[in-house]
Amino acid sequence: MQSFADAFGEAFRLIASFDADLRAIVFLSLQVSLSAVIVAAIIGLPLGAFLAVSRFPGRTAIVVAITALMGLPPVVVGLIVYLLLSNSGALGPLQLLYTPTAMIIAQSLLITPIIAALARQTIEDLNDEYHQQMTLFGLTSGQRLVTLLWEGRFSLMTALLAGFGRAIAEVGAVIIVGGNINHVTRVMTTTIALETAKGNLALALGLGIILVSIAIAVNSLVFALRGTAERAAYA
Amino acid sequence: MLDRTNTKALSATPVSGHNLKIERSGRLLLGVEQIVFGGDAVTAILGPNGAGKSMLIKTLAGLQKPDRGDVSWNGSTPSRDGYRKVGMLLQHPVLFRRSAIANVIYALKQAGQGTRDAQALAHEALDQAGLSAIADTSARLLSGGEKQRLAMARALALKPEILFLDEPTASLDPASTLRIEEMIGAAAKVGTIIVLVTHDMAQARRLSERVLLMHRGRIIEAGRTADFFDRPNTPEARAFAAGEILL
Repeated sequence: MQSFADAFGEAFRLIASFDADLRAIVFLSLQVSLSAVIVAAIIGLPLGAFLAVSRFPGRTAIVVAITALMGLPPVVVGLIVYLLLSNSGALGPLQLLYTPTAMIIAQSLLITPIIAALARQTIEDLNDEYHQQMTLFGLTSGQRLVTLLWEGRFSLMTALLAGFGRAIAEVGAVIIVGGNINHVTRVMTTTIALETAKGNLALALGLGIILVSIAIAVNSLVFALRGTAERAAYA
Repeated sequence: MLDRTNTKALSATPVSGHNLKIERSGRLLLGVEQIVFGGDAVTAILGPNGAGKSMLIKTLAGLQKPDRGDVSWNGSTPSRDGYRKVGMLLQHPVLFRRSAIANVIYALKQAGQGTRDAQALAHEALDQAGLSAIADTSARLLSGGEKQRLAMARALALKPEILFLDEPTASLDPASTLRIEEMIGAAAKVGTIIVLVTHDMAQARRLSERVLLMHRGRIIEAGRTADFFDRPNTPEARAFAAGEILL
């Protein structure tokens, strides 16, 4: 086993050289997790907004369930998607197991509850402020949803960010449905797990550093956007 | 343009309430047997806090459902389609997170205007409100007085037949108050029926032809403004007109 100092040194050399293998792994990680955020946003934002403005029997139960699902263990999501996509599963004929698409499906399932639950809270607060004015404008339920989502756009970015953070950092779901196949489904987290087990700490550390840097960069970007928006007082 | 709002078939006035009642945990918040707004240009509703003034106009504007009784807009039940003709300026108007002009354009488009017409009408509305200079400023950055004038301009841009105003000058300085009062006067002059909730007796004298005094959910006195201040009928109205505090 290498010493930690050697491992760090090797890690920085790897990052500096940014070789093709490393690039492919980082690129696939971003591709999978960003796609998952887009899918989860398309489902989660309207769902959260709908739950925020509507009142029907069973609504509270759904809100509680979605909030509880925020803490869904990734391995359980991975297992469920695995069962669905395996040859004997309901979606077996699609032959998606061990593909990046399967990883996107798993991560989308994982973070949709996070985005929906955070969006519901944001939109519900906004609706308290807006609902009488929207009634005066004669908005339909659909128009209310669109208006509230647009008015809350800067706060909702935080929800998307939380979803992205969860997706890019998780290992349990993608390793089950992706299989950690070199050059096909190997992402940063699964590589870190594998290389650590193999004792190749340099690559694992290098990827770890890149992973944390990406998280910081994405957070900074969103904060910068929010800051600009707040200075213009649109937020 | 908003021609259809002027056609007789779709008219929303007179706005009336019949046997309106709202109670919360045994306390009467609103108990009004009969109220009609149609003839007078400006009616002021006076009364202490909790008298039911806001609740009455919210009920008539269709924002609040009464426990009992009926609201009628020209003989029909309030419908969403008519909200443009029955306007209301909320006590705390909500301005959207957009520029001042975009706030007015949004409301006009919502009322069925095309983009081009909406833009032209919105500029006209800001012009009349003296807000052209801040058209592109975010609505959230405006001062309290400018916000209120923008909300008023937005409400008037929809060309309502009747406009309910919930304490429109409550927290404004005299200059801003004057601008709002000028807008109210101009709207009344072109035939908009104005119903104004206010705590400011001098304002009621300046602007209104008719005064309603509310106390504990009920209308306890109604009359011409001059009569109300000079010859009040009830002891409560006498006390109120004399500037005493009504409990």
